[in-house]
Amino acid sequence: MKKENFIWNAVKMGLLGGAIAIFICLVGMTEIFSKRDVIEKVITLGQFVLLTTIMAMGFIASRRTSDLFGENRPVMNLTAGLVAGLVTGLILALFVFIGLHVNLRTVFLNASPPLYKLLTFGKGEGNIWPLPLIGAGGGMVGAAFLLLPAIYRGPLTRALLFSFFMALFSGLFRVVMINQKGGIAKAAKYLFGQTGLTWAGTFIFFFTVLIIAFLWNFRGKEIQAGISRLPKRGQLSLRILVFLIILYIAIGLPTVSGPFIAQVIVTVALFILMGLGLNITLGFAGLLDLGFVAFYAIGAYTVGLLTSYGPFGLQHISFWVAVPIAVLVAMMFGAILGLPVLGVRGDYLAIATLGFGEIVRLLAGSDFLAKYFGGPQGIIGIQKPCIGTLAPFVKVDVPRVCNGIELGTVQTIYYVAIASALLIAFVAWRLRESRLGRAWMAIREDEDVAEALGINLIQTKLLAYMLGAAFAGLGGAIFATLIGSIFATSMQLIVSINVVALIVVGGMGSIPGVIVGAIALIGLPELLREVSEFRYLIYGLVLIIMMLARPEGLWPSSAAKRELHHADAENVTAESMV
Amino acid sequence: MANILEAKKVTKRFGGLVAVNAVDFNIPEKSIVSIIGPNGAGKTTFFNCITGFGRPDEGEIIFEGNPIQRLRPDQITRLGISRTYQNIRLFADMTALENILVGEHSFLHSSWISSVLGLPGVIHEEKTALAEAQRLLDFIGLRGKGDMLARNLPYGAQRRLEIARALATRPKLLLLDEPSAGMNPRESEDLTGFIHRLRDELGITILLIEHHMRVVMGISEAVTVLDYGEKIAEGTPAEIQSNPRVIEAYLGRGAATEGMATAHERFTGIKKSN
Repeated sequence: MKKENFIWNAVKMGLLGGAIAIFICLVGMTEIFSKRDVIEKVITLGQFVLLTTIMAMGFIASRRTSDLFGENRPVMNLTAGLVAGLVTGLILALFVFIGLHVNLRTVFLNASPPLYKLLTFGKGEGNIWPLPLIGAGGGMVGAAFLLLPAIYRGPLTRALLFSFFMALFSGLFRVVMINQKGGIAKAAKYLFGQTGLTWAGTFIFFFTVLIIAFLWNFRGKEIQAGISRLPKRGQLSLRILVFLIILYIAIGLPTVSGPFIAQVIVTVALFILMGLGLNITLGFAGLLDLGFVAFYAIGAYTVGLLTSYGPFGLQHISFWVAVPIAVLVAMMFGAILGLPVLGVRGDYLAIATLGFGEIVRLLAGSDFLAKYFGGPQGIIGIQKPCIGTLAPFVKVDVPRVCNGIELGTVQTIYYVAIASALLIAFVAWRLRESRLGRAWMAIREDEDVAEALGINLIQTKLLAYMLGAAFAGLGGAIFATLIGSIFATSMQLIVSINVVALIVVGGMGSIPGVIVGAIALIGLPELLREVSEFRYLIYGLVLIIMMLARPEGLWPSSAAKRELHHADAENVTAESMV
Repeated sequence: MANILEAKKVTKRFGGLVAVNAVDFNIPEKSIVSIIGPNGAGKTTFFNCITGFGRPDEGEIIFEGNPIQRLRPDQITRLGISRTYQNIRLFADMTALENILVGEHSFLHSSWISSVLGLPGVIHEEKTALAEAQRLLDFIGLRGKGDMLARNLPYGAQRRLEIARALATRPKLLLLDEPSAGMNPRESEDLTGFIHRLRDELGITILLIEHHMRVVMGISEAVTVLDYGEKIAEGTPAEIQSNPRVIEAYLGRGAATEGMATAHERFTGIKKSN
């Protein structure tokens, strides 16, 4: 009876895998990803994604089998994996067979001849039989993975993930390393091919991580104990050393990596600023704001109007003077938004703030206010930050000359962005630990009770809106000087949604969570150009998976962590207190 | 003894329903006073009127000589009235200590800018606040549980923590809404002692809503009975127990004519098993 059960389970997993595989093909992922290699001339990213699906199904089928029997039974497990993979492969083969005889393209744009060519390995119609075979093999490999003892499985997973990570970003590493000339450039050519890892590179990365992870399994505890046994001064200097290394990398990175990576990091830093801002209103005080981009826009436009030498520049003051003003203006608008929505809660608040964001964008881009904000033409000619004095300006429409160091490129504005992000992270942390932070959290938990404990709701909520807006305004100010021009069209609703999403993924109310979320949701898609077409597909998928598997976020706040920690302690204390 | 709180003709309506109807009510300073009444009698609504949760439609509430019926809840709290809730309303995802610290909010004065800058004044203030919170935690017998999330505390401890949080606002008048709900006889006995300590050691006036008649009768110096929003009786516990209108409200009209002795027995008996 059980036997039928597990085979049927495996078939179900195979059907699911087939559906996923066909989906991946039909949305065009397979085709686009095939331009990238994971291992050069061995396996493309497109093939890799399909193979991963098959192996994952094999693994899950295998795990279910173990669950059914209550233990691992290698033969059964492998059979389950084989069946699951085989079914997936068969479905894929069936899909190719149908596709070759029926024109699916009228509905599915991506069901194109190149896709079938890829799936039949370039050999045309008759060649669909490898798919089920590969499926069966892949499924068994996935199933076998479960059978490995945990001590091997952990390091193996890490090594595979790391190699895959290196393969994904191989282009970046290659460019950066080749710029260094000499030995490093040679190493780059050895490790990275044009579109993926070389065989040699794959082996080196895989085995290095495997060995390190394996050793850590045995020796990790000893090393940790060794570090904690060091005298206090030793630990301190170790920490300072780590800090200095990070600082050295952070300072040196933009010059080494070139403008592209610097640009990505600056973008991430700007989103971190916005994320930290929204983290105050949403994460700490629990006030949802779907129009957060408005404050970003206000910061950007303020700097634009104050420093531009273009037709809409009102003043031509230094960037450093304009930034605090922009932050103050953003704060003011935070209060302006906050006042009317003070009594609004929950869903209604989301809609009201959504409206605010759209109003700001539409007004800034409107013909009605075009003589102040440039309308659709936007504001151009925004000054770059200048360390040193600005020469007094002669004519309005000529940029003022910087007598000193001008932070004119992405690589130099990088420092401004990173320093701001760090500063604001510190400010946010201090706020959370303060009396105000506790009041915010109390409001998030229970507004009425918070008020009954002497917290002035109006004042506290307004401060949350204002400080959140201030952080976003700072982000906008840096954005304006980075691009040199601003247009209302760059202040879309999707920016606000991105900010909400990065907070949720990172962990509501957690400051490191904002940073992790920004890197994961903003930085990675920027770096992976091939993926950018499917950005929101993957985005949605990640959000759903996160909400199901890890609702507290990637890096949850200490409160959420404490909760987990105390889940065990709870029983003990409950008994002792009764 | 002077009255710390005087309610005059307090009326609260919800649409057509008169939840509290022209209730006069006095609380003498440093006393322990209870409000009892059947379910839906308007006890909690009356509490809400005092604490500013729902403003009374008519009437006046005077606290230490000042009318407070038009003030916001946070202002009333700062004057010295604090409360607990029928269904525990702790900040569940904050620690026990943080819950108490929120209660101290109105006694801390550092602005957010000085907090960000970490000025010495702020650090000192936080230290004092933490020490005070720790002291309250010890007072309610939760020493060492400060870092636990409120949601993870056992039920009785949550009740006590809610009282500690209310105490952190340094109230002169403490309103307890069914503090012994869900407690076994031993726990409610402990609670009685604890409430006495609040009054005797801290000098706090106490107003209780309570269903446990044993607690009410054992602790109160005066009892007020509400029924359908109206005050139907007032007096010492002994007077209330023998008041025919009260027995009628609790047990129906028949009971009052049945004869006082049996009715009295049933009244206290039923309440005991509650």
